[in-house]
Amino acid sequence: MSDHIVRSFDDELLALGRSISEMGGIAETMFASSVDALVRSDTQLAQRVIATDQRLDALEREIEEKAILTIAKRQPMAVDLRAIITSIRLAADLERVGDLAKNIGKRVVAMNGQFIPQKIAGGVTHMSDLALDRLKRVLDAYMNRDVETALDVWNNDEEIDTLYNSLFRELLTYMMEDPRNIGFCTHLLFCAKNIERIGDHATNIAETIHYLVTGKTITVERPRSNASYAPLEIGEIPKGE
Amino acid sequence: MNLAASTATAHTGHTMAERIAIRDLKFYYGDALALKGINLPLYDRKVTAFIGPSGCGKSTLLRVLNRMYDLYPGQRAEGEVLLDGENILAPGVDLNLLRSRVGMVFQKPTPFPMTIYDNIAFGVKLYEKLSKAEMDVRVEESLTKAALWKEVKDKLNASGLSLSGGQQQRLCIARTVAIKPEVILFDEPCSALDPISTAKIEELIDELKSDYTIAIVTHNMQQAARVSEHTAFMYLGELIEFNETDRIFTTPKDQRTQDYITGRFG
Repeated sequence: MSDHIVRSFDDELLALGRSISEMGGIAETMFASSVDALVRSDTQLAQRVIATDQRLDALEREIEEKAILTIAKRQPMAVDLRAIITSIRLAADLERVGDLAKNIGKRVVAMNGQFIPQKIAGGVTHMSDLALDRLKRVLDAYMNRDVETALDVWNNDEEIDTLYNSLFRELLTYMMEDPRNIGFCTHLLFCAKNIERIGDHATNIAETIHYLVTGKTITVERPRSNASYAPLEIGEIPKGE
Repeated sequence: MNLAASTATAHTGHTMAERIAIRDLKFYYGDALALKGINLPLYDRKVTAFIGPSGCGKSTLLRVLNRMYDLYPGQRAEGEVLLDGENILAPGVDLNLLRSRVGMVFQKPTPFPMTIYDNIAFGVKLYEKLSKAEMDVRVEESLTKAALWKEVKDKLNASGLSLSGGQQQRLCIARTVAIKPEVILFDEPCSALDPISTAKIEELIDELKSDYTIAIVTHNMQQAARVSEHTAFMYLGELIEFNETDRIFTTPKDQRTQDYITGRFG
């Protein structure tokens, strides 16, 4: 895409994009560290994750302010308008990802060094690996305006759901075996739920990217693991975008 | 390019009546081709905006619609402009009658150097014989429609030139409306006005469209986005894209449209 006649407009859009990738980087790290802290029962690392959330919140506010100011100053149209609206949406999603990672951190602190069974730790790690991979890919897709990758992320969410369900059953068994397990199992169940929700935010981001690039919102139902479905075809992309 | 009519229908789901149909319109300033075969509908009681960089032909197109160009030798149009099915470019068309059906408001307010009352009555007298009482009614009606009545009702004998720029422009609109036209053409009606007067004119256009078919040329993209139902983007004498305004300003199809409305045209 060629540059704007007013060059400072380009600078503003670039700055927004940079802030989003900074937020993405922080959110990814917070998420990965929170799960590390969980499986290694590392309260110190968990505390650091909790502290980092402030930076993410500050960045979200900064992006919102910049975006609003740009709308007021430039009255953006078409692809520019979408880029700015997209940055506000993405900032909100990434801020939520940070909150969810922070919550995992808080639960690690609450569990106070209690070790979790190997099998469950494996399940949690696997789930978080998948969610982290989706988050990474969808953020890359944003940087590259790559709607195909975004849709691929959007279409493939069932595995995390399946893992969550089996983890849920596993934790239930532990709790039934011995009521003393109920405390830490509940914490773990919430952690697993948080990881699953982070995956959902990756899905939101994928939808936002589709809107950014094509100008259209995705209107079809997203595939569910227990339903047969046809994967979404890529929307018609206007030429030259 | 006959995509125009079908596109508009497809999006709204119901057919809109074409008040004006422009068919393969070419326009020459001497030997210079200024419009290169334009096809475009103007829908009944809707606002159509023309946007594009200076010299793209949008004002020329507007001037064809009431044959304003006929005042200048060496300028000629080819093709058809059908107003209610009748080709207004055909020889033998009564130009006075045409201009009473297709009114025009210009960039700079152009009140006549006479009283506010006479500014309106003058045009009416050319077409109709009205009694004093009937004329009074017509003047009040027109000034009310142009959202000016309250401001001038106590000074109808003051000179039209004593009004502010925004008021003068509304006086010109009242003058146009007084003749009861079918179509009103606005050629950058707000470019000489302050933001408050501009807002008043935009509000007025919004009200006028329930009675009239409106075409507006504007350099203010946001204004086009606000006031019109359809937008035509023109460039170098060609119609590049015509679509519902909401589409043009959010997801234009043509790269040139996108570049222009986002300020990338260099």
